Amino acid sequence: MLTTRPGAQDSSGRAQGRCDGETGIVETLQLIVSGLANGCVYGLIALGFALIYKAAEQVNFAQGDLMMFGAFVALGLANESHLGLPFWVACIGAIAAMAVFGWLLERTVLRQVFGQPQIAVVILTIALGFLLRFIAGIIWGHDPLALESPIAGVNQRFGDLVLGLDELAVIAVTLVLTAFLFGFFSRTRLGIAMQASSQNQLAAYYMGIPVKRIHGLTWALAGAIAAVAGILFASKGSIDPNTGLLGIKAFAAAVIGGFGSLPGALAGGLIVGLIEPFAARYVASGYSQIAPYAVLILVLLFRPRGLFAQAHAKKV
Amino acid sequence: MTEALLQVRNLECFYGPVMAIRGVSLDVPEGRIVTVLGANGAGKTTLLKTVSGVMDPAKGDIRLAGASIAGRDPDRIVRKGVVHVPEGREIFPLLTVDENLAMGAYTRRDRDVEADRETIFGYFPILKQRLRQTAGTLSGGQQQMLAIARALMAGPRIMLLDEPSLGLSPLLVGEIFAILRRLNAERGVTLLLVEQNARVALDIADDGYVMELGRIVMEGSAERLRRSTDIQEFYLGGNQRGLRGERRWKRRKSWG
Repeated sequence: MLTTRPGAQDSSGRAQGRCDGETGIVETLQLIVSGLANGCVYGLIALGFALIYKAAEQVNFAQGDLMMFGAFVALGLANESHLGLPFWVACIGAIAAMAVFGWLLERTVLRQVFGQPQIAVVILTIALGFLLRFIAGIIWGHDPLALESPIAGVNQRFGDLVLGLDELAVIAVTLVLTAFLFGFFSRTRLGIAMQASSQNQLAAYYMGIPVKRIHGLTWALAGAIAAVAGILFASKGSIDPNTGLLGIKAFAAAVIGGFGSLPGALAGGLIVGLIEPFAARYVASGYSQIAPYAVLILVLLFRPRGLFAQAHAKKV
Repeated sequence: MTEALLQVRNLECFYGPVMAIRGVSLDVPEGRIVTVLGANGAGKTTLLKTVSGVMDPAKGDIRLAGASIAGRDPDRIVRKGVVHVPEGREIFPLLTVDENLAMGAYTRRDRDVEADRETIFGYFPILKQRLRQTAGTLSGGQQQMLAIARALMAGPRIMLLDEPSLGLSPLLVGEIFAILRRLNAERGVTLLLVEQNARVALDIADDGYVMELGRIVMEGSAERLRRSTDIQEFYLGGNQRGLRGERRWKRRKSWG
């Protein structure tokens, strides 16, 4: 069974349609929740950007496509028409598969440009993004597909307020994941070593930190997060191979938050996510889509390091 | 004579086409302080980087307690007990002092880490006061102390120090070198000390080498190096003889 939910991807439209004739407060609340849910997905992709940048000083422009790929892997494992595994098994499988994929990617491809200028990694990851879109298109086709998830399309009613269970789940999972990552980076030896090797790679070598292995683990983690983001995104709507281009919005989110800052990435994602439905609701349709980028430009103009920039400039 | 803890034999190293080390051999016996003196570009830093595995040698051998470590990965060399305190401190600026020290002990899993930390605080009490402070906000002298303390956390058999006096006031240099001398005397830490500041280095060292353009041009006990006229003239600024300054540069060094 392959169902698509037209319009479900544009959550602002859904919220609008649902609240015709209801009070403005309820409508605003619904816009906020759907915006937050979208923002969480952006935030999770932005987390992937920030994570790889923080630990390996690499900018991974394929992060959005990793998200798309993770979603398709989960879909391939879970949907009846494909493997038809139980949903939770498929989730864990997709997360594990994407972690291994991220690790292999670093190991086989990115390590080849280790020590090369940043632009080499940028071009390489953009190319990887094309490749992933292409491969996903071959395997799963170019038509939108929906992940058969137990939370998709279930609504939860709070008085007049009707919220999608999928949206609430997205917000909850994102919060838990961010808290977990924050704890991982600030409390565990491996997390601190990841920070250390990004702050001063040479010194990390001197201290006997296996920098290359750390890079591999970082990519594995980014792959796993991409899979989570993909599953959450696919639970909210349909996916196709070009879904990964969402990564551009997430990149804007990461820059707004301050590239390399984990809380900043999430906050940037939420800001972009919140702006979108409100812009769609209150701004003329042609202009509403540029709203996130307008914010990006404003942030770059007035706070070029991003909203949550780390306090001290890194010494090079 | 027993075998030296660290032996470097006929080491050759390249930066691309440039030969930075042209056949260097030296010995660092256990429990001693050995210094390598030389001007900028003599190859001192390259020598240390090659020993700690950050650079690979083109030729030659490096042996630690008899076993070759040449060309190994840096983390394996650290595990074997060689720790490098790099030039310019190179602390982790956004981590706290505490986290920096924890990273020093990254290769260790034994139970003595906590005890070592306390011992190290005995040498660097200021670091204990600044434990929660971000390392990038420490003063230059404190950062150098942190760099040394962080290296000590690895529990090294031999510590490679690259210009610990760089950019510090004479008072701080004195303080740090006094701590190094104590570490050597009380804890038996073997030191290979690379310095441009020949006076302070020869003051604490047992033996010394002089490098020029990638070669060892002179070696001997610190006492002998201190007395050498070339060293006095070119590194200790002892030449007050001819007032005609230009003569100094024309004189050929004999390294005798």
